[in-house]
Amino acid sequence: MSASLHLLSPGPGATVQDLGRPGHQRFGIPVGGALDAFALRAANSLVGNAPDVGGLEILYRGPTFVVDAASARVAFVGARARIRVTRQGTTQEAPTGRSIRLLAGDVVQVGALAGSSLLYAAIEGGFDVDPVMGSASTYVRGGFGGWQGRLLQPGDRLPLARERVDARDEAMIDDLDLAPPTCLRAIDGPQVDHFADDGIATFYGGEYQVGQGADRMGVRLSGAPLRHVHGHDIISDGIRPGSIQIPGDGQPIVLRCEHQTTGGYPKIATVISADLPALGRLGVGDKIRFKRVTLVEAEAARRAYASIIETLPTRLKPVLRSDADIAERLCAANLISGVIHARYDAN
Amino acid sequence: MLDYRILPAGDAAVVVDFGDRIERALNNRVLALAQAVAEDHLEGVVETVPTFRSLMICYEPATLGYAKLVDRVQKLIVEASDVAYPSRLWRLPVCYDLSLAPDLVEVAERTGLSPAEVVARHSAITHHVYMLGFLPGQPYLGDLPEELVVPRRATPRGKVAAGSVGVAMAMTCVFPRETPCGLNIIGRTPVALWDPRRPNGSLVEPGDKVIFDPISLEAFEAAAKHPARCDPSLVSA
Repeated sequence: MSASLHLLSPGPGATVQDLGRPGHQRFGIPVGGALDAFALRAANSLVGNAPDVGGLEILYRGPTFVVDAASARVAFVGARARIRVTRQGTTQEAPTGRSIRLLAGDVVQVGALAGSSLLYAAIEGGFDVDPVMGSASTYVRGGFGGWQGRLLQPGDRLPLARERVDARDEAMIDDLDLAPPTCLRAIDGPQVDHFADDGIATFYGGEYQVGQGADRMGVRLSGAPLRHVHGHDIISDGIRPGSIQIPGDGQPIVLRCEHQTTGGYPKIATVISADLPALGRLGVGDKIRFKRVTLVEAEAARRAYASIIETLPTRLKPVLRSDADIAERLCAANLISGVIHARYDAN
Repeated sequence: MLDYRILPAGDAAVVVDFGDRIERALNNRVLALAQAVAEDHLEGVVETVPTFRSLMICYEPATLGYAKLVDRVQKLIVEASDVAYPSRLWRLPVCYDLSLAPDLVEVAERTGLSPAEVVARHSAITHHVYMLGFLPGQPYLGDLPEELVVPRRATPRGKVAAGSVGVAMAMTCVFPRETPCGLNIIGRTPVALWDPRRPNGSLVEPGDKVIFDPISLEAFEAAAKHPARCDPSLVSA
């Protein structure tokens, strides 16, 4: 029997995601991957994974799962959430933003997400899923990738690449800003000439609200409508994550990582690549503004973002084992209550 | 005056825009440039996305600066006029039986032709794959002869079956998966246009040619039962 996470309830919209599958857009295949690639990278670094290892992307409400492996190491990064680990009848709370070593039979319950609607769980070694075109990312609309090409369902046993993980000092990172953004930087889009100057000023000056139906493909915004000067249909054209389309009703649609590869609405602006992880954190009801920047400023922001990513591993702090290893804390609790299980000796 | 525009699409892609219309000569320039960029192997280019009228070039800005990319693309556009892009010819079996073609009668009525005449004309021509999009492996093919041009359905269908062949305006699409759809469905192919086990998933590529081969309902059902035996025939590479 191979190691797995047995998902008693996966939560709505939970999927396996990594950094996506670039290189196939000419065949109509979106790059996809984690909505917030920064949070996934941080979670991966906490458990000692390479940045591109697939993790669990959790939306709105967390999963409940049982560890069906000798041991496993997990780290949650993203929204705030109450995480409870139950071992042998004893329940302890575990924080986000740090690695946790789990043992066979542990039940992990992640509650409702707060602060944002997006949380990642990285697991040491990753999931044992077949990569499709080089990526573990799930593309639900295409029906492939991740676990059986679909949203995770109650009862799924998500295979783990590792049967056990070594005990070591756990790691934490405590200074990440993963709140949804209030402002995204953008440069003028390929069809900015479909809008008059006052329309462009309206777009960059206005505040927009994220509407219902925000998903991995994109978010619909509502706010001051934008009028086109050359009509609202164009012949299909390439799309990027961050492309801001203006359809006939004048209300912007901001495309996210799982956007269709082409589209037929004029694009007034493009969110800069350094702000795409923040774009991924926008949820229903959030308010957002756009700040107009130049291509040169966008490139500088991207270099700054690249250096933040590069230095992520250096921001990890050790958590002393005696102080914080949840296994030992639980074990101690069990000792106090007089319940000792032989399995702890083996681990 | 240049007859194209190079437009930034964010800080990691440019769009080379050849015009805002669907036209073979224009699409040929898009596909020739895509081929020229592929053969050029410029470091930092990640991938290209051809559409009817433009080529998006995605790049890694840490490796390749915008100015250098634009400069290179301008040279490639000049040279690309001599570049032949790869084009394979496929014969794709399609069953036009009314049971699989919910809109064939309406298309016939709108065009003033009989259903048999619509099928004869649709399967008589060699279709050009302008681009792929909307769904993985979904080709946009053209052009239909004038007498087959009909508008989209006034009310899109909530779902059409995988393999459905739809027409609207001068375009034909083949839908690799069940999907909502506004096109007029005139037939269905048993061939999988999309299979993630293929290296790129897709059967056809931008620039390929397709001839639709009419097959009987019996042949369709037999083929659908044994999809593994249901290879389309590649006529020429």
